[in-house]
Amino acid sequence: MNALTLLGLLPLLGALLVSVIPNDQVIRIKQAALATTLLVALSAILMWFNFDAANTSYQFVQVAEWIPSFGINYAVGVDGLSLVLILLSVLLTPIVVLAGWNESEGGRWSAKVFYILILVLETMMIGVFAATDVFLFYVFFEAMLIPVYFLIGGYGSGERAAAAVKFLLYSLFGGLLMLASIIGLFVISSKNGGATFDITKLSEMHNYMSSTTQNLLFLGFFIAFAIKAPVWPLHTWLPDAAASATPGTSVLLLGVLDKVGTFGMIRFCLSLFPDASKTFTPIILVFAVISIVYGAFLAIGARDIKRLIAYTSISHFGFITMGIFAMTTQGHSGATLYMFNHGFSTAALFLVAGWMISRRKSSTIADFGGLQRVTPVMAWSFFIAGMSSLALPGLSSFVSEFLVLVGTFTRYPVAAVIATFGIVLAALYILIPVQKALHGPTTPGNENLADLNLREKIAIGPVLAVIIALGFYPAPLLNVINPASAHVIESQGFSDPLPSEGAGK
Amino acid sequence: MVFTTPVLNYAQLSPILIVLAGAVIGVLIEAFAPRNARHNSQMFISLLSLVSAFAATVSIRKQAGVDAAMNSVAFDGAAFLIQATILIIAVLAVFLIADQENFTALAAAIPGSQEERESLQKDLRVTEVYPLTLFAVAGMLLFPIATDLITLFVALEVLSLPLYLMAGLSRRRRLMSQEAALKYFLLGAFSSAFFLFGIAYLYGYSGTITLSGIQQSIVGGSGNDVFLLLGIAFLSVGLLFKVGAVPFHAWSPDVYQGAPTAITGFMAAATKVAAFGAILRIFYVAFANAEWQWRPALVIVAIITMLFGSVVAITQRDVKRMLAYSSIAHAGFLLAGVIALNKSGLDASIFYLFAYGIATLGAFAIVTLIRDAAGEVTDLNRWSGLGKRSPLTASVFALFLLTFAGIPLTSGFIGKFSIFSAAYQSGSTAILITGVLSSAIAAFFYIRVIVLMFFKDPVEDGTSVVLPSALTAIAIAIAAVVTIVLGIFPAPLLSFIESTAFFIR
Repeated sequence: MNALTLLGLLPLLGALLVSVIPNDQVIRIKQAALATTLLVALSAILMWFNFDAANTSYQFVQVAEWIPSFGINYAVGVDGLSLVLILLSVLLTPIVVLAGWNESEGGRWSAKVFYILILVLETMMIGVFAATDVFLFYVFFEAMLIPVYFLIGGYGSGERAAAAVKFLLYSLFGGLLMLASIIGLFVISSKNGGATFDITKLSEMHNYMSSTTQNLLFLGFFIAFAIKAPVWPLHTWLPDAAASATPGTSVLLLGVLDKVGTFGMIRFCLSLFPDASKTFTPIILVFAVISIVYGAFLAIGARDIKRLIAYTSISHFGFITMGIFAMTTQGHSGATLYMFNHGFSTAALFLVAGWMISRRKSSTIADFGGLQRVTPVMAWSFFIAGMSSLALPGLSSFVSEFLVLVGTFTRYPVAAVIATFGIVLAALYILIPVQKALHGPTTPGNENLADLNLREKIAIGPVLAVIIALGFYPAPLLNVINPASAHVIESQGFSDPLPSEGAGK
Repeated sequence: MVFTTPVLNYAQLSPILIVLAGAVIGVLIEAFAPRNARHNSQMFISLLSLVSAFAATVSIRKQAGVDAAMNSVAFDGAAFLIQATILIIAVLAVFLIADQENFTALAAAIPGSQEERESLQKDLRVTEVYPLTLFAVAGMLLFPIATDLITLFVALEVLSLPLYLMAGLSRRRRLMSQEAALKYFLLGAFSSAFFLFGIAYLYGYSGTITLSGIQQSIVGGSGNDVFLLLGIAFLSVGLLFKVGAVPFHAWSPDVYQGAPTAITGFMAAATKVAAFGAILRIFYVAFANAEWQWRPALVIVAIITMLFGSVVAITQRDVKRMLAYSSIAHAGFLLAGVIALNKSGLDASIFYLFAYGIATLGAFAIVTLIRDAAGEVTDLNRWSGLGKRSPLTASVFALFLLTFAGIPLTSGFIGKFSIFSAAYQSGSTAILITGVLSSAIAAFFYIRVIVLMFFKDPVEDGTSVVLPSALTAIAIAIAAVVTIVLGIFPAPLLSFIESTAFFIR
């Protein structure tokens, strides 16, 4: 059986295993879930070693007929871009399981349901990145909403049901617009050489479209992805969802699911509609820059720690979107690496914040103070995560943010310059809460907080290790990403602008 | 005048004849069998005749001809598929009808009278509902295969008259039920008059009442176009009334709410299949060449129907009314298949009818299970927390809602996808866009019910989930399995329909 299919099926098998364990053996359920996700992570790393980075076509390919009447195939395969995102998903899942060991308590349903949802979601995350058939992608794209919806609504806190519904409706709306575009693509392909959903064949179809058609179809896809990513002004569901979900769910939501949006922009918007992408680039860059600055300002004003992280993410997604639509190899590589790094730094932030909140029983930043003295390990972890979020040199986000800015500057200097202010603002929105919560005298109510226990240390350790390691040595990932980025840029007739050495020449 | 002996192709008429025979035997049982033996024997006769009719239609599936009954009835691939669908739905409906908790003890007793109390005390059964069902089914089997307008009218009346009666048989809230029946009857009679009026105009236009004759006149183009337009318009009013398209939908919420739930399910599913079967034949065979005359109007009706059904459903507080408006929206989606006017439109419509019919029946079957001391509870507020009371029931109902909403991996999604792509293939962008938009609106109220069931706490007011009778449980299970299987592996049925469905002219 194909390695990729097997990888996708593993979590599902794990879910089956979990479902037969009796409800009262909660520990067994958790162990089974953790073991499964670890196994998946290891298998994915194995795949990474067997991946031929120099080869820009899809690897580990499997194609099987699914609905021949419509030319729909079960088709999976990975290139550098999707491999990186699959790695991100499967590495974060075991960490989320371990870090949120007790998250399933206080939910509407049993722990068993919680872990089944997580495992089913993992299968869908792998599937959504691996699909090379647009229809299959759409199926995963929509179907993965359901487990997240129940994870937020069933196990979150506060206004969890409302947040879950808001999340679902926004995503469904975007998804339906995309469905209209997919139907459009399907009809165009069936009139030009046979109905197909194969992404490679569909990327030829833009030759048969009028520019109006191409623009409309592009918008259908783009709006869906912009909601998912989210890009201003379609971001309003994210803070609510992130504030209500459990920390683990938030990690998966912001770390992985939102990446489907930026992944889709590269994979579908740019590849399928190159001309429309060029047409809309100026507007999208404006939105991206607004996201960067606006998200940062919201974050500065945030009082709730989970909302703060959500707002910083909006700012970061602005950077990623900008990198994508700069249409340069560097911008693309930076954006792809950014997706990976953002996944890890957000994971670190959310997990530590989650532990802080569960200890202090409050998510208001002002309630914390002087944690450095009481809980040094937790405080340092939060500090490193925060520094990664503001892209401190030496930590992983710096590399990607730098690449995005450089890649954008060569083509759109104004956007890049304004975006640079985002970095300054980032320093504010991270350093202010760090100073309030971690440093200074220990405020009342924080004196007796417990530091991280062994399980929590084991969970956060690898995340921080990845953040630091990739900050110094991003090559292992960039080696995989660069050829894929160059391929996207070249294959659709975008070219890198030559660096104008010595502008006066 | 020379009378010719009618030549009948009994094989091709056999499904109808078998069902009619069953109905007649049912009437005899009512007249001669002792009261306590009636229920079981009626049920047996009904199921036997429906199953044998199904076997008969399967055995003649390869046949095709316009001379089943002196050019008044045709049999072809589409006829086989529609008839088979109706029969499958009818069998499932009989499973629901067998649970007599739903029905009044004595239909003729005046509500609140002494006679009614006595009938309830004696625990009488309305076994006449079985032959009525069979008569309706016979009409439904004839409706989509009739090829002349008089036969069409007869079939319409044969299927409608029993339904009017059946709508008034509810055990509880009998006044409402009888009001529903009366309303249905009056409006139905009204629309029948329109239908007849249309027939007269079409006869005036073409001098013939056969569908193929009308088609030839349209091609010949010698007739008076005003008569043609009026004929098509009035005929459509009658047909659109039956499927509950806006602005001819006013009866459906009241009738859906007032009728016994098992009958509502039968009506919603089977009538829609039969009526759309007839609409498809009439428009594809008789009016195909006049598409410029009727298409714009039908596009507008479809758009209004989709939007109206979805928007008004949002405000409903009663589950049966909500399902009624949802079925109005679905009538709009199905009209997209008529508008498509191509082979894929026909295939898609048949698939949609099958998937939707089965799921609808399943959804109404679930409604019969939620009861309190006074009977079924249809107030949505009292459904809150159903997921806690009975996770299985709530999950299955959620499944049906998701398929109505068209979420991937359910049959509804495949149906929606195929019907919209067929409509778009024929150039109707407006239908595609409204379809997608109203799907998004519709998703809102389907999800609201899911929220209510899973994320709200139960109200302690005596609402409970009764254990389904064996037959109801089977019906629900079949509906759920079909919904999932067609969502994941639709290929066999799709290609079967693709190779089978055609209209003989």
